[in-house]
Amino acid sequence: MTALPLLDVRDLTVEFSTRRGIVRAVQHVDISVAKGETVGIVGESGSGKSVTTYAVMRILDRAGRIAEGSVSFTGIDVRNAAEGAMRNLRGREISMIFQNPRAALNPIRKVGHQIEDVLRQHAQAGSDDVTAKTIAILEQVRIARPAERYHAYPFELSGGMCQRVVIALALACRPQLLIADEPTTGLDVTTQKTVMDLVVELTRARGMSTILITHDLGLAAAYCDRVVVMEKGRVVETAASKAIFTAPSHPYTKKLMRATPRPGVSLRDLLPEDASTGAELPPAAPPPAAKRNGAAAPDAGNKAPLLVVDKLVKEYPRMKPGAGLGALFRRAVPEQAEAEVFRAVDGISFTVHRGESVGLVGESGCGKSTTSTMVMRLIDKSHGSIVFDGQDIGAIPAKKFARLPLRKRIQMVFQDPTDSLNPRFTAARAIADPILRLGNVRGGKAVRARCEALATQVGLPLNLLDRFPHQLSGGQKARVGIARAIALNPDLIILDEPTAALDVSVQAVVLNLLQELKEQLGMSYLFVSHDLNVVRLLCDRVIVMQAGKIVEEGPTERVLFAPEAEYTRELLAAIPHPPV
Amino acid sequence: MSDIASAKAEVHATGLAATIGHVRYVLGENRVTGFAFGLFVLIVLAALIGPYVVPYDPLASNTAAALKGPSASHWFGTDQLGRDIFSRVIVATRLDFIIAVSSVALVFLMGGLAGVAAGFFGGWTDRVVSRIADTIMAFPLFVLAMGIVAALGNTVQNIVLATAIVNFPLYARVARAEANVRREAGFVQAARLSGNGEARILLGHVLPNIMPIMIVQMSLTMGYAILNAAGLSFIGLGVRPPTPEWGIMVAEGAAFMVSGEWWIAFFPGLALMIAVFCFNLLGDGLRDIVDPQRRT
Repeated sequence: MTALPLLDVRDLTVEFSTRRGIVRAVQHVDISVAKGETVGIVGESGSGKSVTTYAVMRILDRAGRIAEGSVSFTGIDVRNAAEGAMRNLRGREISMIFQNPRAALNPIRKVGHQIEDVLRQHAQAGSDDVTAKTIAILEQVRIARPAERYHAYPFELSGGMCQRVVIALALACRPQLLIADEPTTGLDVTTQKTVMDLVVELTRARGMSTILITHDLGLAAAYCDRVVVMEKGRVVETAASKAIFTAPSHPYTKKLMRATPRPGVSLRDLLPEDASTGAELPPAAPPPAAKRNGAAAPDAGNKAPLLVVDKLVKEYPRMKPGAGLGALFRRAVPEQAEAEVFRAVDGISFTVHRGESVGLVGESGCGKSTTSTMVMRLIDKSHGSIVFDGQDIGAIPAKKFARLPLRKRIQMVFQDPTDSLNPRFTAARAIADPILRLGNVRGGKAVRARCEALATQVGLPLNLLDRFPHQLSGGQKARVGIARAIALNPDLIILDEPTAALDVSVQAVVLNLLQELKEQLGMSYLFVSHDLNVVRLLCDRVIVMQAGKIVEEGPTERVLFAPEAEYTRELLAAIPHPPV
Repeated sequence: MSDIASAKAEVHATGLAATIGHVRYVLGENRVTGFAFGLFVLIVLAALIGPYVVPYDPLASNTAAALKGPSASHWFGTDQLGRDIFSRVIVATRLDFIIAVSSVALVFLMGGLAGVAAGFFGGWTDRVVSRIADTIMAFPLFVLAMGIVAALGNTVQNIVLATAIVNFPLYARVARAEANVRREAGFVQAARLSGNGEARILLGHVLPNIMPIMIVQMSLTMGYAILNAAGLSFIGLGVRPPTPEWGIMVAEGAAFMVSGEWWIAFFPGLALMIAVFCFNLLGDGLRDIVDPQRRT
């Protein structure tokens, strides 16, 4: 780093003028990126990591402005550069990959054409060779059958494919700096690995610098040379990625490190030493670790299983390619002959015992959510049976199930705490909803008392009960969702990636809360997740699904430490680990 | 009117103090909306107490003072029968306002509920509601309203009904689109898990969430409803003379425009314009208030 750094951010402060006055989203941030270097910016939501890079690109929205400091890119003063000069810089010299690849692509233009637009815009290709160049670029980002995919619309491609197209767009003009803003959030671990490997390989080959913005410490550790840790708009620590993970110096970094699920730790280890989940544990509650080490609840073996799923199948009708009106408009794309029905879930069988938590793991599209929704009785099965406590609930149509007393005994915690709360209901009203419909508590005061008891149980301060979802934080909303799910004392709770939308430190608290509640209330969990590290912490047994089928099943420790199926090994290998 | 008031109370009730602060903020930021709210209050006042405070009986003719221009005693002048136009314009506010509000309330009930059900249930409900809306859209709307009033008879109820029917597709489509988006939302699934039946989910969970958008729609169509009612009266298919009504008054005054007595048509026309203008501005303002994007 003898020469001038490629990007030099000095004392950057970004302000947003809002109704409540001026908010400083970024304060006195110094970041420099050398040529060919990969720098990770790590922090939880609201830490200002994205805003910093928006300031670098000068794409802050109208309310935001750079209040202090300087940003210089290859010697150009970005803060004071003319808009025209910035337009040249963006795309050609600095390009960006956004979090949601589908949103970053124009949904009604073929991906090939979108890449061509960029090439033409920056005069990288003429009309005679633009198609060939585009196909070559698609090939570089490892898109199979690039000549065919050239004609594909974004909706026809998977999330990983779309992200590759976005990378192709970002790299089309050979920029010097690539800013990747959570490029793999929402992608599966194996896809994440291939996408990140691809980004690193392409940027290395071209001598490009990369800024990787992420909340995932493991990812930053695996792919970055240096890591910048941000908290509340300030840089708290900057160090080489090796050093930061072996010897974090700032307390916030330590807290983040601690909260990240990783092999060889228990749930309790995720929490800071002095913190509790806020759940009011009865004094006699057994320490969580003791019970977990016994693999399954002691009484699980001698009773009949709570849930028996046998040869469960969900079929969806599939339109033949080219059928219907679409054929008139769509260019004939040769596609392999496909079956008339698509089996999202293809004959799976498993059991859940009382007091047990079973992890259902797999990548998107493997049928794990379809399975859980069927068990939840929100959609009907095609074949097979779902026996809950001796009753074949699979035979009851989903529409009727909502009002049966059985409904009380199977509840769910949803993936997105925001989406699953009615924006017009207060927290108390949301928690009371199942009690009012199915519970045996009657009368406003009694219901309110039950809500308060539940809120105390999940560690939600009582003064938040009258707030609306938009006035609560992500973790608080998650607690409301959990309180609602346990309101009727269910026997089985399906947890559909309950922490996927949460920051790691919040996730640590919520996972501990779930574990404590399970022990207090003796519930069984069916934990649907893509995150094996989280599953490892919470589950006694794991079921690994791929393409609608179960590929491996067994006790958590066995499956995760000595996997038998090739696919499980692949999944495990794809998880980025901090170099500890 | 009570309908609008309760509808607005809805908006207020949800966000409590925060929403009131938000409304104040939007009104402060956007002077035009504040102005529209002011006009709205004036119109409501005129409708409520107008008939008791006007200087003349709106129906009393006085041939001695016929066709007098605006003066100190007759602010807006007098018409061919010597009736005070100012009194008539103010008194007419109540009737026009009642027609507009009740037709908007009616179309909200018909179109809003049908649309929400169509969007939420899909399938046959959706097909039936959407085709009804398409059928109505296939006619020139004013001609359709004329036809309905001509066929059913020349009464205030039928004007209300006709205005509601021609607005049906607007409400049904907006409600359908909004309900459709929320059909698979997490909170709807959660409501199913809580043991809510489909009808209860529709009315208790989905409908309240689309109320803000429906209220904006109601404000925007209020102006149109007033115009529609006045238009029907103008061509003789609405309220009958001598009832004071803006449309009739414009129709009556039109004949005198050529002979220079402009005030007979001008002032009721002006009142009509101000009312429509007010509701349109109000709609824009309400949209800002209910738009969650502006709450951040």
